[in-house]
Amino acid sequence: MLETIRSIPIDYYVYYATVLFVIGVFGVLIRRNAIIVLMCIELMLNAVNLLLAAFSTYLSDAQGQIMVFFIMVVAAAEAAVGLGILVMIYRNTKSTDISLLDKLRN
Amino acid sequence: MAQYIFLTLAALSILTALGMVFSKNPVHSVLYLILTFFVIAGQYILLNAQFLAVVHIIVYAGAIMVLFLFVLMLLNLSKETEPQKSTTWKISACIAAGMLLVTMVGALRGGIQVNIPENASGKVGLVENLGMVLFTDFVVPFEIAGILFLAAMVGAVLVGKRDLQV
Repeated sequence: MLETIRSIPIDYYVYYATVLFVIGVFGVLIRRNAIIVLMCIELMLNAVNLLLAAFSTYLSDAQGQIMVFFIMVVAAAEAAVGLGILVMIYRNTKSTDISLLDKLRN
Repeated sequence: MAQYIFLTLAALSILTALGMVFSKNPVHSVLYLILTFFVIAGQYILLNAQFLAVVHIIVYAGAIMVLFLFVLMLLNLSKETEPQKSTTWKISACIAAGMLLVTMVGALRGGIQVNIPENASGKVGLVENLGMVLFTDFVVPFEIAGILFLAAMVGAVLVGKRDLQV
């Protein structure tokens, strides 16, 4: 275990989490399907979770991992409510295209 | 050794994440994301955060992604109905995401110093230790998380109701 900490610099985890986060942002920008956009948000949350867990292990402090646990709780709640709203939108517009949802603009 | 495992897992998860973003079929996207989550669980195990790895698989791969897949099947979305953004938009999204990556990597260029404590045992991530912290220092947030779940459940049921009489 300590061998892992000593052989992998924390920088690796930071860059790795950054790349995962940017892939999530990229997905939110290029996809129009609302379900995929929600999935990309989950990916971004996961990147942050991974970094929190890495720092928690490196600093030997359990609070970071508890934080990850709570982020998972919020992600689960968010997915449930988000998908509920999405099903409702689909019933009204027969599509999950986010560019159709610009009614508030006018 | 640990370094090679880390690099393999990292490359694998980045590849599957890119597959999730780029695959045209939404069902393939969900499956790629599930793969990504399994690989991230492997990273947690490498960090010796075993409780987190198990919870991650149960909550993400087991609950959230199944919910996504279920909704996807329910709405009957496929490759044919998948909306596409214009090429201009895609190129500008590429540039924007690339700029974000460059900015973040640039901000981290100096390197990060972490002082590994002398008495580091590597046992932070085990169930025993985490349970102790969760049920002593973090009892109140834990209970509030329960209330949040209740609120989310009521909200999801109310939003999903077909004819809502208020």
